[in-house]
Amino acid sequence: MSLNTLTATLTSNKLTLPVAVFGMMLGLTGCNNSSTTEESVDAETTAVSTEEGVANDGATSTDDQTITIYSSRNEQLIKPLLDRYTEQTGVKVELVTDSTGPLLARLEAEGQNTPADMLLTVDAGNLWQAAQQGLLQPVASDVLAANVPAKYRDPKGQWTGLSLRARTIFYDPSKVSADELSTYADLADPKWKGKLCLRTSKKVYNQSLVASMIEHLGEEKTEEVIRGWVDNLATDVFSDDTSMLEAIAAGQCEVGIANSYYYGRLLDEKPDFPVEIFWANQGTTGTHVNVSGAGVVAGSDNPDGTLKLIEWLSSDEAQGIYASSDKEFPVKEGVDESEMLRSWGPFKKDDINVQKFGELQTQAIQMMDKAGYK
Amino acid sequence: MITTPDTSVGQNDTGNDRVNDKKAVSQDHAVRKRMISKSVLGLISLFMLVPILIVLLSWTQPVADIWTHMADYVLPQVLKNTAILLLMVTIISGTIGTALAWVTSMYRFPGQRFFSWALMLPLAFPAYVLAFVTVGIVDFSGPLQTGLRDLGINTAIPSVRNVWGAGMVLSLAFYPYVYLLARQAFLSQGRRAIEAGQMLGLSRGRVFFRLALPQALPWIIGGLLLASMETLADFGAVSVFNVDTFTTAIYKAWFGFFSLTTAAQLAALLIGVVFIVVLFEQYWQAKRGSSVTQGSSQRFEASKPAKLAMTLLCTLVFAIAFLIPFLQLIYWTALNFRQDFDARYIDFVTNSLMIASMTTLFIAFLAVIIAWIKRQYPDKLTKLMTTLANLGYVVPGTVLAVGIFIPIAWLDNQMIAFGVTSQQFLSGSVIVMLLALSTRFMTVSFQPVDRQLQRLTVNQEAAANLLSDSPYQRWRQVMLPVLSPGVLTALLMGFVEVMKEMPITLMTRRQGWDTLAVRVFEMTSEGMWGRAALPSLLIVLVGLLPVWILLRQSDKQG
Repeated sequence: MSLNTLTATLTSNKLTLPVAVFGMMLGLTGCNNSSTTEESVDAETTAVSTEEGVANDGATSTDDQTITIYSSRNEQLIKPLLDRYTEQTGVKVELVTDSTGPLLARLEAEGQNTPADMLLTVDAGNLWQAAQQGLLQPVASDVLAANVPAKYRDPKGQWTGLSLRARTIFYDPSKVSADELSTYADLADPKWKGKLCLRTSKKVYNQSLVASMIEHLGEEKTEEVIRGWVDNLATDVFSDDTSMLEAIAAGQCEVGIANSYYYGRLLDEKPDFPVEIFWANQGTTGTHVNVSGAGVVAGSDNPDGTLKLIEWLSSDEAQGIYASSDKEFPVKEGVDESEMLRSWGPFKKDDINVQKFGELQTQAIQMMDKAGYK
Repeated sequence: MITTPDTSVGQNDTGNDRVNDKKAVSQDHAVRKRMISKSVLGLISLFMLVPILIVLLSWTQPVADIWTHMADYVLPQVLKNTAILLLMVTIISGTIGTALAWVTSMYRFPGQRFFSWALMLPLAFPAYVLAFVTVGIVDFSGPLQTGLRDLGINTAIPSVRNVWGAGMVLSLAFYPYVYLLARQAFLSQGRRAIEAGQMLGLSRGRVFFRLALPQALPWIIGGLLLASMETLADFGAVSVFNVDTFTTAIYKAWFGFFSLTTAAQLAALLIGVVFIVVLFEQYWQAKRGSSVTQGSSQRFEASKPAKLAMTLLCTLVFAIAFLIPFLQLIYWTALNFRQDFDARYIDFVTNSLMIASMTTLFIAFLAVIIAWIKRQYPDKLTKLMTTLANLGYVVPGTVLAVGIFIPIAWLDNQMIAFGVTSQQFLSGSVIVMLLALSTRFMTVSFQPVDRQLQRLTVNQEAAANLLSDSPYQRWRQVMLPVLSPGVLTALLMGFVEVMKEMPITLMTRRQGWDTLAVRVFEMTSEGMWGRAALPSLLIVLVGLLPVWILLRQSDKQG
């Protein structure tokens, strides 16, 4: 369409704009209605396929067969798992993704009327925060108690860990040998000056790591370590673990700290990725382990159905998928790890209860700010 | 149709002898009209302000120690970085934008026709995409430095992941605002004055600095205002460079410390900074003359080396700000296409297009109303309300998103409590998304409409009042033809902006209503830059057409 026609169309009738806007609004309402109908049709069909029609307050009966998840876990990571659940049970799962912060704000604003049933997020600190704000409801589940070790669950049952990720040390084997490495704290030693790469302190994974160090080493020592890290930095901190690992591979630095699955994904893409993994703190407290996890939202219309889904996610089958597709470690003991994870060797995990990460988060951020860790 | 007495009596009653006998009635009408107009404007600006007010007011529990911490350890860095970024963007995008506008509108050189539109293309790049692509190319492990090392060149290229790198990328992302407006100014300011200056023996340099630049300055400042506001509200790009700014500090206070009070205080501080920037701009706006003479299409001739320099300059900017990042996106897309592309992308694209068109139409409509009221009643109160209505542009998207979500969810809960509906009705509907995005981008539409309306002289309007029987006719025959270029610019700019927007879209979208920007988020939040390339590339491609029309439009206006 030429510009002239466009302008002419715009000028031909003063009503064009308002009418168009109004038309759009009508269209919207139409959209809304039609999709609601679709959902209820879906829900009816699933009602037939599942025998379990758990009766709730009955306000919104369609919700019984649909579980809405607010998730800060990426769609591409979690979708295959949820699809499998739908396949097996006929329960439809809706996914709304965003960062954790906005999701929590959204849950709080929506209160009891939230469409969400389940919160799925990464990092124990985030889960703790959600529980702290009263956004999750306590549930008692024998299944979860059996599948998930207590240190990866909220004592009150408001959330449970579903997968484990180790945050540990990575190094360039052409410049560093494994016996030079020992603990996170050791990376503050002047011998690593100009050789260390780190991700930004704004990432909650680093906040949790520092929180665990505060618990183990005490405040004073931890702050000293962080200052040492900052002094040893080879370059400005990175915005994500993947680019940090690639910097080690490219030779910009020799050691760094990252989550295990980022390394696993890089190995998947480039099998000869020239960086090695080292399990930190084996001689002391064990490698820092964090969880991704879930909880039943306080305002859920379908807490029983949601709990069933969470329980299923802790089952052998789901745990196996977690480990193989996402390169994470199963939270359930005795589940087979993928070949890649096994090739990294067994390691001692930190025994700390992960909810400490939440409790100490504020302190950890303040400490990193003070120490100039950006 | 009943002929109503005149709408704009207060200003232009010179031509209204016809209605003298009905003067009393007419005045009465004028007063009422004024009241109505002002209330409409008041309502719109209140509406635009609600999310910001909610954010500022709902955060009232004092957590003093967090604020002290922020003030001691975070704020100094934030203020320093903000100052550096604003300065860099002002100087670099101002210089690049103005220089490119001047050479492409005034000279003939190889590639001039191509560059005059191609240099607008970076506008289609979201700043956060340009940021991660640039870092991907330029960083130590990227192809540039790896390539150099392979060639045996071990130059120490400094790290770009800091405030200087961020300033460069933001300047490159935002210079098109300055370019577009400066070009409009150069093309429309009348070359006769410049030719006269030349005849009086001024050199071309002097013509530029003494005549052209001062005349174009209000437009350039207008472009710089947009660029500065974008810079202040940017979260995505500064996160890639890990630079602490107001937006990241608000994020930290809110989602790291969960101290809403501190976040609100920071947001208030940011809005304060914006007010200073806006006041500065209004000072220049007041100086902006409406010199609209028809320019001749004659261009200056330049010497051969000068022509070559111009081509080189344009090529350089075009390559760095658009071509190289664009090719990198294509390369990454090619690597991941098979894995990532599926039928859902049809939905992502249509959803993006839908929401962008709806928002754009809606804000252009509001922009016309506001601009018209502002013209009819140009007093202080109107000006203030207009400024407030446009404030959303500078508020970080996430803050605005929460600000709009809280009252909407409250309304929903009230409706459920009173039994009007049984389920959430408003939140998660496209209407909320539309409103939130409108609040954010009002100014993008308002500015061109307002500028265009300023071109309508009082005499023209008076003549229109005389010659037409009804307000309807007057609108149709005079106002709309005059306004339409501005409205078109508003539509196109708004469209491109909404396409690029991320945080508000994320927070307010309907379940399952994912857009291209949402897809980019899914990938970048896990550091999968390569896989974010496909949706990013589509955003850029969809944005190219409106950007191109935009430039054709601005040329035609000149």
